[in-house]
Amino acid sequence: MTFKIAASPHTHQRRTTQQVMRWVYFALIPGVLAQTYFFGFGVYIQLALALLTAWVAEGLCMRMRGRPIGHAWQDHTAIVTAVLLAVSIPALAPWWIIVMGTAFAIVVVKHVYGGVGQNLFNPAMAGYVLLLVSFPVQMTSWPIPAELAQIQVSITDTINLIFTGFTSAGYNLEQLRMGIDGMTMATPLDSLRNDLNHQLTLTEALNKPIFGDIAGIGWAWVNLAFLAGGLVLIKQKIISWHIPGGLLVGLLVPSAIYWLFNPDQAITPMLHLLSGATMLGAFFIATDPVTAATSNKGRWVFGLLVGFIVFAIRTWGGYPDAVAFAVLLANMCVPIIDRYTQPVAYGHGGRS
Amino acid sequence: MSAATKAIEAGHIWTFPGGIHPPERKDRSNTTPIEVLPLAKQFIVPIKQHSGPVGDLLVAVGDNVKAGQPLTQVGINNALPVHAPTSGTVSAIGPGRIAHPSGLTDTVITIDADGNDEFYSFTPLADYTTLSRAELLDRIRQAGVAGLGGAGFPTAQKLALQRPLDYLIINGVECEPYISADDRLMREHAQTIIEGTEILLHIAGCEKALIAIEANKPEAIAAFEALLPNYPQLALRVVPTKYPSGGEKQLIQLLTGRQVPSRGLPIDVGLVMQNVGTAFAVAQAVLNGKPLIERVVTVTGDNIAKPGNYWVRIGTTVAELLNQCGFNPVADSKQEQRVIMGGPMMGFTLPDLDVPVVKITNCILVPSNQELAPAAEEMNCIRCGACADVCPAQLLPQQMQWLAKAKDYDGLEQQNLFDCIECGACAYVCPSEIPLVHYYRKAKAEIRNIAREKAKAEVARERFEARQERLEREKQERLERHRKAAEARKKAQAEAVAQGGDNPQDAVQAAIARAKARKAAQAAAAAKQNQEGDDE
Repeated sequence: MTFKIAASPHTHQRRTTQQVMRWVYFALIPGVLAQTYFFGFGVYIQLALALLTAWVAEGLCMRMRGRPIGHAWQDHTAIVTAVLLAVSIPALAPWWIIVMGTAFAIVVVKHVYGGVGQNLFNPAMAGYVLLLVSFPVQMTSWPIPAELAQIQVSITDTINLIFTGFTSAGYNLEQLRMGIDGMTMATPLDSLRNDLNHQLTLTEALNKPIFGDIAGIGWAWVNLAFLAGGLVLIKQKIISWHIPGGLLVGLLVPSAIYWLFNPDQAITPMLHLLSGATMLGAFFIATDPVTAATSNKGRWVFGLLVGFIVFAIRTWGGYPDAVAFAVLLANMCVPIIDRYTQPVAYGHGGRS
Repeated sequence: MSAATKAIEAGHIWTFPGGIHPPERKDRSNTTPIEVLPLAKQFIVPIKQHSGPVGDLLVAVGDNVKAGQPLTQVGINNALPVHAPTSGTVSAIGPGRIAHPSGLTDTVITIDADGNDEFYSFTPLADYTTLSRAELLDRIRQAGVAGLGGAGFPTAQKLALQRPLDYLIINGVECEPYISADDRLMREHAQTIIEGTEILLHIAGCEKALIAIEANKPEAIAAFEALLPNYPQLALRVVPTKYPSGGEKQLIQLLTGRQVPSRGLPIDVGLVMQNVGTAFAVAQAVLNGKPLIERVVTVTGDNIAKPGNYWVRIGTTVAELLNQCGFNPVADSKQEQRVIMGGPMMGFTLPDLDVPVVKITNCILVPSNQELAPAAEEMNCIRCGACADVCPAQLLPQQMQWLAKAKDYDGLEQQNLFDCIECGACAYVCPSEIPLVHYYRKAKAEIRNIAREKAKAEVARERFEARQERLEREKQERLERHRKAAEARKKAQAEAVAQGGDNPQDAVQAAIARAKARKAAQAAAAAKQNQEGDDE
């Protein structure tokens, strides 16, 4: 009689990759709801397009690589990539934007490098940067918060806008982005950097309806919603606090110092934290384990680096937001961060 | 007294990084007293059950032996002997399957039991303090006592190191799930364990012992708490339940805050550790003269009808043990049944059941596939870092996994692969179910092989070079010898000539002159003939 041979350990705590990924996209729900509330239903169509594209691209890639297709679909990593890209792009962007971005993220950034776990760069952010540098107009045309809009956009209008570029009444996106004052509205960060560049003071620049009370109407709440989802991930031990903590500190400290010395020329720390993609980036994007540093100390350094690059690009760079660039730049630094943050192993002179 | 020592004395419990909390499932086996099973008909005693050299055989096929009679002897290589588990006849000596992850064979002594279970005569000792340290160590060695906690290091050898000791640590943590052999032993034989600890203290020349028990064993803790007030040299330390707090290095960190240096021994930081089972065996050996021929084994798992702890004679086959405990293999396919020697975290599976229980066997686990699901297919690493979070040695398991797959052995050494204690915590939490420990074991074996090959090649190279050198030297010596001989001959000739003797050179010259004269004569004769011919 022979028995089965197996390697120890013979017991496992079964939280699979799929379960980890499921937690990640469930934790995005509050943010998506907040986006819907302020920017309309477009995000759902973007999500549907992104998921479909990711599903097809993943299947095709696995087939071409001669690997089991089911494996790739089961680990749900492509779903996370698709969802992150869909919530990052403007809700009313034309359909081909998200399709192109997702396909690039899955095919080139992920599978060309060897599939899940092997990619050097965060797929969603690499896809985002490709779109941003190729189609800057479409990628910066965020809809204005519903409460400021002249024309309210229905679900049918949303679908028509994304697929044809016009609502049933014949408005295009530019016309819809007109505020009650008849001016096209940029995002808070975009408007602020333009105004500061045009020698306006902070007080003057903030004197626009989009800014509301805290950090821009809608944007502050969307960020807080992502923060809430991120805290759930930390509570569930899906992510460790080191990367988000490092990122927020790395952004807050330099921006606060800069602001204290140039109180009327700098973006306020509050705006830095609660506008743009800060919270989404801190809790969902920079925390992608595949492309981040590995040890806790390394993660902390990685987070600080991302935070600082975000501050630097927002302050001196040519783009209004910088999370995607910052994450990709930090991804490049991961090998060297890992090299110098290896923890001291037991018995090598470390302290208990 | 330093602050650190004060904290140790005050009973401070430090922490160690990482660790996991797998389901314990100890209550299946620890609720009933340790039982004695009926004797088997046949026993298989491997002559090597410890780390170190093996003893020379003392018996031959056909010999009658009694329980406790030595089968091998200490001898000149200071080996650890094994003893007959019961009385009977030696029926075979030769290669046989032993309990080893790879199913290796080794020399085993087969004993057919006669059923009388007659004991060899042992000499009890009334007062062990009358014996010298060396005599006590010899008594422990003659009894075949090896560390019962897992590594099987000869106990006397560990105690023989003459170095200053701060504490003796008695390890009753037993952190591995399912196993309760030490737990039951502590509950039922706390007094004997304490006696053994006192003997160990006496031999080691150490002042104080710390008895460590994990918090999930309240009965064992109570048993010691009741007795310890009478023993000022002994102190109880309750450590929080976390795997692998019973690992030697982790327990040292918990109790003293010290770290055993990499590739060092606990004695390097003034500590020595013994398992509770070993302390029990030492008491038996020293006080009663009884050798190590039985131990407590936990037999447990869903597919065991009568789980519990049993006094098992060394050499009992696993098949026999499982028969007596009611073994119901997985019904659908026997290929799917795992029989694990040891616990679910660090134990190894047995390919078949004809292997014997040895000194280090603490558990036979026969799980159903529901309670311990078989490993699923390995998926890609997503670098989530869960493994690094639980690693008690502060290593980066995922980095080591990439390096092991890439066969980057230098990189692995740089990542301190050899500080991995193979506890399995990383593989336990891996969401991709990567058998991490398996990769590390393979890499370690490969690195050891390379080192061995390199050492071998080095020896071969040295031998080759030495031979070349010798041949060259011999050639030079030969030439030198010839040269000297020639010189000596010349010198002798010169001396002979000087003393008026024949110069061999003259003889040569004379011969040449003779040859020349002959040639000249021949030439003259030929010329003459030609002339005569012309005249005719």
